[in-house]
Amino acid sequence: MTTVATLKVWRGTDPSAGRWETYSVPFEAGQSVLDGLRYIRIHHDPSLAFRFSCINANACKECMMRIDGETLYACTARLEPREMRIAPLANKALVRDLVTEIAPPAERFGG
Amino acid sequence: MRAEPLDAETDVLVIGSGAAGMYAAIEAARAGCSVLMADRSLIGRGGATVMAQMTVAVALGAETDDHWRHHLDDTIAAGRGLCNGGLSRLLCEDGPECIRELDAWGVGWARRNGRIVQARAPGHDRPRCVYVDFLNTGPAVSKTLRTAVNRTSGIRKAGDLCVVDLMRADGAIAGAVALHIPSGNSVRLWAKATIIATGGLTRLYRRNSASTNMGGDGYALALRAGASLIDMEFVQFFPIGHLVPRLIGMDPIMWDPFRYKLGGRLLNRDMQEFTSRYGTDEGSKYVLARDLATYAITKEVEAGRGSPHGGVYLSFQHRSEADLRGAFGPVIDRLAANGIDLTRTPVEVAPIAHYHMGGVLADTRMATEVPGLFVAGEAVGGANGANRLSGNAITEALVFGRQAGRSAAVRARGMRTPVASRDAARPTTDLLAMHARGAINTAEMVQRLQTTMADDVGPFRDAGRLTRALAAIDELTHELGDRPAGSPGAFDMQRLDWLDLRNMLLVARTVAQSALMRTESRGAHQREDHPGTLTEWQVNQVASLRGGRLNLKQAPIAAAEIAS
Ligand SMILES: Cc1cc2nc3c(=O)[nH]c(=O)nc-3n(C[C@H](O)[C@H](O)[C@H](O)COP(=O)(O)OP(=O)(O)OC[C@H]3O[C@@H](n4cnc5c(N)ncnc54)[C@H](O)[C@@H]3O)c2cc1C
Ligand code: FES
Repeated sequence: MTTVATLKVWRGTDPSAGRWETYSVPFEAGQSVLDGLRYIRIHHDPSLAFRFSCINANACKECMMRIDGETLYACTARLEPREMRIAPLANKALVRDLVTEIAPPAERFGG
Repeated sequence: MRAEPLDAETDVLVIGSGAAGMYAAIEAARAGCSVLMADRSLIGRGGATVMAQMTVAVALGAETDDHWRHHLDDTIAAGRGLCNGGLSRLLCEDGPECIRELDAWGVGWARRNGRIVQARAPGHDRPRCVYVDFLNTGPAVSKTLRTAVNRTSGIRKAGDLCVVDLMRADGAIAGAVALHIPSGNSVRLWAKATIIATGGLTRLYRRNSASTNMGGDGYALALRAGASLIDMEFVQFFPIGHLVPRLIGMDPIMWDPFRYKLGGRLLNRDMQEFTSRYGTDEGSKYVLARDLATYAITKEVEAGRGSPHGGVYLSFQHRSEADLRGAFGPVIDRLAANGIDLTRTPVEVAPIAHYHMGGVLADTRMATEVPGLFVAGEAVGGANGANRLSGNAITEALVFGRQAGRSAAVRARGMRTPVASRDAARPTTDLLAMHARGAINTAEMVQRLQTTMADDVGPFRDAGRLTRALAAIDELTHELGDRPAGSPGAFDMQRLDWLDLRNMLLVARTVAQSALMRTESRGAHQREDHPGTLTEWQVNQVASLRGGRLNLKQAPIAAAEIAS
């Protein structure tokens, strides 16, 4: 029997009108939540939006989101073989799904 | 309804904010130009620079007597006859000045008794490599440059702005069209001079040290704008990239300094040393150049003697906990957090795509053949020939960035206004305004391309596999079509994937086709069906787009400028 991680992911572009979608991801020890989200895009739904660049190095600092209510980097948070709830940061403006406006204002276009 | 394209105007447009882009921006602004620095990711965080953890090669002479000419000799020797001497010389000669400027800006090069420490790395004839402890070189360089950018007046920064195409008007580059990722709008960036500083292409491969922004955008931008690329067949693989166990929060090439400092042993499935089998015995010292180590590991795996996940073992079990901690301090705790205790178990390593020697053809001013277009950093081809020495890439990014900033400023100051013609932007703004018809899985297509490149265009090649790769690239290109996936909305990842694939497929084709043409083996390009290095192949291959078709020709090496 293969173990799975069940990711309940918040989706939408309007913070007051989102929905939760549930995806199963095969679980392998040592994987990150980001690995799980990338798996979803390849195998279930390429439209799921989240920010990340460096994947392993924890250098870009883009992948911050709420994982079971805690603010964490998706690339260093471990995937676990149970249900995990993934939501966008609550204190930043929502862009889409798990993506929020995280750049300092002086580093945005038109900023 | 979608908004009309937005406009912005600047003297100098810098595309990319790694070490090359940031140094270019600073230098152009110091010369009195207005600068717009755009990055598809966060400023100073999206590329290789911030991920690099190792060393920077430079003839400072702080450790032992050194001169840039010695550094140049080593660079040229490593380049196996293909270095563009002028570019290599610029890298080596200007390196010390840039490294000292970063020192003055407080980067924190590791010091002993007040003197900058220089470590010895493979291929260098003496200790030449500076670093920031512990494994913090890239983040420190990036942070220092970000601070310097913020201190320099005249630089506007714009993250989340993915440049999609350059604009060409009256035979010159007039800036670029970008996708503003958070809104989905297109933006016209009008500039008197444009610098491509977008880094390399290693995301084309399945196993890589890349970020998602390293799909080779700059090469594709340059090709479509009429510039040429050289040496595209030379992709450098890093021999001992981390494979297993899953290691997060660390650079996958982190084992390099462990090997320098502590002499890690490479072992096969049977826990036997094997590099001597391939005539590359490195004894107890870590002196094996990258291409030779990659060869030994690949062959051992092919012979069925690899580790369970298709690599080999790297073992430090002969070293004590105290040795490890003495050399790497807090890094040992980060490994422990990943469940790795080096005194007890080896890790698995394998060659991973790491750096690109090839790139945009430029002269020593960093000017391309197209007026108004400059290039800097890893995006430039030629300085490292067929094989790069470790530590040369960050030096290259700094030196070429500064040089490109200077040259772009000279051009911009000589012009009144950018050549602004709406038509120059139209094909790209029209493309970005389209809605998809039908659905393709763009994320899966990226993965398929990476598999093809890894299996058939890796470090060891033959005509059969390269031909198969080109067929797979054709098929993917056909599947991609000419209408973008997704829609022009907020943060549409499918649209971004589609635009990435448009570039990646063009660049992948250039790599595969150049590799198929070069019927010899040299440096990072090893043809199993053409094992020898041939004098008649001591030429660069130059790729360009002519009427939408990729054109390759051979050109003599620009070696002349080495002699002073
Ligand atoms: C993990 C790792 C470790 C390394 N370690 C070392 C080392 O120890 N020593 C050494 O000398 N070299 C090392 N290298 C190589 C070296 O880091 C790079 O060659 C160098 O940093 C490249 O700098 P750059 O400024 O040219 O590009 P990058 O730093 O890669 O920056 C390119 C920037 O361009 C942006 N960009 C890309 N496409 C677009 C687009 N279409 N629109 C807008 N922006 C775009 C990216 O987001 C990125 O921010 C390492 C590389 C990696 C990946
Ligand atoms: S993906 Fe870069 S920090 Fe998480």
